[in-house]
Amino acid sequence: MKNKKLRNNILTLILIALVILYLSWLQANSSEHSYAIAILERSAVYAVVAVAMNLLTGFTGLFSLGQAGFMLLGAYTYAILMVPEASRATVYRMFQGNHWITFSLADVFGTAGASAALGMVIALILGGLVAALFAWLIGLPVLRLKSDYLAIATLGFAEIIRAFFQWDTLGPLTNGANVLNGFPYFSSVMSFWLVAGACIAIIVLLLRSTYGRAFRAVRDDEVAAEAMGISLAKHKMISFVTSSFFAGVGGGLLAMYQCMAQASNFKSSMTYEILLIVVIGGIGSITGSVLASFLFTACNEWWLRFLDDESLGVPLFRGGFRKVVFAVIIMLIVLFYRKGIMGDRELDLGAIGRFFRTLPSRLRARSRGKEAR
Amino acid sequence: MMAENVLHVENVTMQFGGVIAVNNLTMDIGRGEIVALIGPNGAGKTTAFNCITGVYEPTNGLVSYCGGVIARNHPRGKMKKLYSGENADKYLDAPAGEKAVVSHTPDYITSLGIARTFQNIRLFKSMTVFENVLTASHLRRTSNLFSATFRLNAKEERQMREDALALLKTVGLDGVRDDPATSLPYGMQRRLEIARALSTQPKLLLLDEPAAGMNPQETNELTAFIREIREQFGLTVFLIEHHMNLVMDISDRIYVIDFGRQIASGAPAEVQNNPRVIEAYLGVDNNG
Repeated sequence: MKNKKLRNNILTLILIALVILYLSWLQANSSEHSYAIAILERSAVYAVVAVAMNLLTGFTGLFSLGQAGFMLLGAYTYAILMVPEASRATVYRMFQGNHWITFSLADVFGTAGASAALGMVIALILGGLVAALFAWLIGLPVLRLKSDYLAIATLGFAEIIRAFFQWDTLGPLTNGANVLNGFPYFSSVMSFWLVAGACIAIIVLLLRSTYGRAFRAVRDDEVAAEAMGISLAKHKMISFVTSSFFAGVGGGLLAMYQCMAQASNFKSSMTYEILLIVVIGGIGSITGSVLASFLFTACNEWWLRFLDDESLGVPLFRGGFRKVVFAVIIMLIVLFYRKGIMGDRELDLGAIGRFFRTLPSRLRARSRGKEAR
Repeated sequence: MMAENVLHVENVTMQFGGVIAVNNLTMDIGRGEIVALIGPNGAGKTTAFNCITGVYEPTNGLVSYCGGVIARNHPRGKMKKLYSGENADKYLDAPAGEKAVVSHTPDYITSLGIARTFQNIRLFKSMTVFENVLTASHLRRTSNLFSATFRLNAKEERQMREDALALLKTVGLDGVRDDPATSLPYGMQRRLEIARALSTQPKLLLLDEPAAGMNPQETNELTAFIREIREQFGLTVFLIEHHMNLVMDISDRIYVIDFGRQIASGAPAEVQNNPRVIEAYLGVDNNG
């Protein structure tokens, strides 16, 4: 038993080392693999937000559709704090260079080396904190709502936030409907996955702590959880605020990935993409969400690209056809894997090992079943 | 009145719209007693439980636990006009230094030391037997979100796990501790629900029909089990039950209610021969 655990731990470490090697190899040859790098960076961002949403929806049973709003808050906080003072006159040119915030983290920490990275991480965390603060404020009234009503209220919040950030009066802060750019960002795919990995690890640790058990109790049976001394209001709020914190960090990462922040990017369709990832990966499965965020981004933007290529001469192949095929794939997944790819299980080495070990016997059982029919 | 009073229920009335579910109920439960609350279906037994555990806010009356008021209310808001019970003015004003309306959520009341089980078993379905018991010790935590996430509470966590395991051994469920809670046979699920309630370290245990759906042998086992845990954990037990054998066997005292109103109380033998009780159960009148 103990040996097995040790062996699994060693294998996991080897696996992580392989992933790091692969990522650094990609980075070293970034000119040839720009597509793969972009996909991996984007899926790192989505993985953070999807896992955060899973914490709320899959493990606490609260269905919220405010992800895009909290991501927007994180992205804007990051962008506003990180634009160097010197570039602000250009960035805010639509408002005659007026800007309310004259302090810049980028000036404090520089734009290169470890200190710049530290500054970026601090800005990401501040973005998360702003999102968490807003989550707390709107959580006070809306967390009394249940299921669909909570979803509608949070969706409304996200839309209001988006409109609010495009308001001209706030221009010197948010640059109105214009783009905020010119801030420093992670230049390597590894940094994205390091931050994403740290966020996901913290969420997993939280879920495995006594608080995680309390969340699951609330999800399983609110009445029983309350009777066991678990305060519903408090634990729902903790889950909501934590989830929003990581959505905010994810938003900051997205701003880095896109090298800009603009409110019109954070439409409700972004929330639906995250929701889709959570559902496809399996509600209540962390590894499922991570896996699905990669599969989703890769399918959507990479593997199916050839379908858009009219020059291949295949009938039906033309610009936009990829989206049709992608929609069909999603429908098939939802039809055949009703609980998502992973259901509520987790993918680890033990599970992979079991899958392959029991594969022959399962196949045999299946063919026997067919003969019997 | 007993010297050491664990639970005191005074003139509690619960009215839903025009329906009075619990009517002017007054009860006292002393330390270490096993007291039963019986009555025909729909008599308001579970509603009385819900008023004690904070699920409902009673419309009128007072509940105190170990001397401290845990619920006090008088007809307010739209109940002011609708209220058709008694003692409407008795709880309008609080004694000096206390609030006129005291109302707590169930989790707070549990943290004071009142735990309960449910009429239709409510286990945490996605969890194992062990996790069910472990989760109920969450309210005893001293760790906050941060220290729990980063495992700064390792000692406390280990203690929680040891306690949960010890509790499972006591109730005889350690053999199935890693099984999904809902895969257990019915009798064991009941037992697990009691174990989970014990994990909150209560002084007063409320059991809502613990023997529902059990055969005579399981019921006998349950009777012995309730006695055993009362001794071992120094509990006071208050239960609702329909199995008369169990009630007569185990209870020190019995309260009988019908249509929300108390119709008899006393030792099992007295209650058994009380004509009003027989009438309520057999429906001599047109109460059927």
